[in-house]
Amino acid sequence: MSEIRDARTDDAPASSAKDRHVRDEATDQLVDAKGDHVVGRAVTINKPAAELFAYFRDFSKLSSFMENVVRVDILDGSRSHWVVKAPAGKTVEWDARITEERAGELIAWVSEDGADIANSGRIEFRDAGARGTVVTATIAYDPPAGTIGKLVAKLFQREPAIQARRDLRRFKQLMETGEIATSSRTKAQLEEEKA
Amino acid sequence: MRALTWHGKHDVRVDTVDDPEILNPRDCIIKVTSTAICGSDLHLYDGFIPTMQSGDILGHEFMGEVVETGPKSTLKKGQRVVVPFTIACGSCYHCGKHQYSACDNGLPADNQDIAQELYGQPMSGLFGYSHMTGGYAGGQAEYVRVPFSDVGPIVIPDGVEDDKVLFLSDILPTGWQAAENAQIEPGDTIAVWGCGPVGLFAVQSAFLMGAERVIAIDHFPHRLELAKKFGAETINFEKSAVYEALMEMTGGIGPDACIDSVGLEAHGFFVDNVLDQIKKSTFLGTDRIHANRQAILACRKGGRISMPAVYGGFVDKWPLGAFMEKGLTLKTGQTHVQHYMPALLNAILEGKIDSDFLISHRLPLEQAPQGYKMFHDNQNEVTKVVLKPGLAAESSIAAE
Repeated sequence: MSEIRDARTDDAPASSAKDRHVRDEATDQLVDAKGDHVVGRAVTINKPAAELFAYFRDFSKLSSFMENVVRVDILDGSRSHWVVKAPAGKTVEWDARITEERAGELIAWVSEDGADIANSGRIEFRDAGARGTVVTATIAYDPPAGTIGKLVAKLFQREPAIQARRDLRRFKQLMETGEIATSSRTKAQLEEEKA
Repeated sequence: MRALTWHGKHDVRVDTVDDPEILNPRDCIIKVTSTAICGSDLHLYDGFIPTMQSGDILGHEFMGEVVETGPKSTLKKGQRVVVPFTIACGSCYHCGKHQYSACDNGLPADNQDIAQELYGQPMSGLFGYSHMTGGYAGGQAEYVRVPFSDVGPIVIPDGVEDDKVLFLSDILPTGWQAAENAQIEPGDTIAVWGCGPVGLFAVQSAFLMGAERVIAIDHFPHRLELAKKFGAETINFEKSAVYEALMEMTGGIGPDACIDSVGLEAHGFFVDNVLDQIKKSTFLGTDRIHANRQAILACRKGGRISMPAVYGGFVDKWPLGAFMEKGLTLKTGQTHVQHYMPALLNAILEGKIDSDFLISHRLPLEQAPQGYKMFHDNQNEVTKVVLKPGLAAESSIAAE
């Protein structure tokens, strides 16, 4: 196992550690770990934390900036049903339950038993004064076995960090500008891009 | 609609493509009335800029009439506008500081990856300038979709002709910012490498900011003449040794500030330049920086280097030692066009800046490929080509 970094000489966040074990341990402390680990990304958004939290907390709106999310159905105050794009035109689904919530500060969730992909995550909103709010996403997931699992893993294992980064950028664009930037010229091109 | 499209090195064509549509609430669509070929378009034409795709519509200097508006656009149909080449949201931290070309939200999320890998952080979007800068369709077309139309385009008063204001889109603010970045103090001598459009606007701007002398450097006689017209002294680098000339002309001090408006395709048969070209052709290096090296060596101790010139990647043999030992300051960057447009429009309307002297050729859009070839092959006579989509296909008007 890795040695714990010396906090006296290295203030870098654990998510940037060169040693994978350090990154994984840091993830374990943040979320209910489910298998393989991904530490997500931070983005600064020029809006107050309360406003960002409110938008994010309504999970039914997440598909507006999360590219792979087809839809999220709200089941009750703490449970939701997720339908997410997978390779080869398929989708994967799970129910998620909120495990921790502090208004304007953080939301954490974990998938319930029977999930196509076991996963957990945590979004934190930290006030950054005149610059707005630092939003940090930490996501852990566990790709299933089998052929479909391999396909899913291919998508999720290779891409989750990139996907998280792009989703956070889209969230920032939507919150700061009221829209998501596109270089498409026509509606048909835009549809193709989103598909 | 008809549009000038890129298909590879020295291969641009006018094709028929689908008309643009309103896609986001802040968009507008403009019908282009004038659009220019920029010196930096020649970098695309020459195949120097990566992430181009066949069929990309070029052009980032354009203006026209608003024909359609999204629900959040503040423009009205029928208004004439000049569009900044930088696509910026107006609401992020950087836009708040008027650093529009550093806008966080101008690039589509997926396009930000390339710039983030290459440069550390993604920059604003640009019209018609490769997929690294967003993959946005450019203005050398009949119609353009303009994002963030509530903060970008500037409305032009009636009765002011296109040619007077078209260059607010890029080269005039770029020349102005170059002079501003030179941090000119009264009595200063400023040397400007490259008498292309940006260099010539930098000459005018430097005098307006209080420079006592401006020395312009090029090898095209016609361009040197234009610089002279604005009061600059000139050096033809084919006839004279630039460093020696500058040192003599400044009494052994060197220019107080040097403006490099040449960039990655520097001309000239110099040993370092030839080496740069060999490396470029063998993929060992990318940018030709002869002018930049000269500027650093000539600049007075403690002086300033301003670099509006476009560089794309990495350079070799950059005289970092001279730069450090002499305590120079370097300021550079894509232009924060939106920041400068209102004041520069006023300067044009008040007659303080000559804004249309550059235009040597006016062509219909259909003749855009000839325009590129002319501009590329004859940079002495062809100082600026403006395309007029409304102009009948058979007519072309050479100025003078």
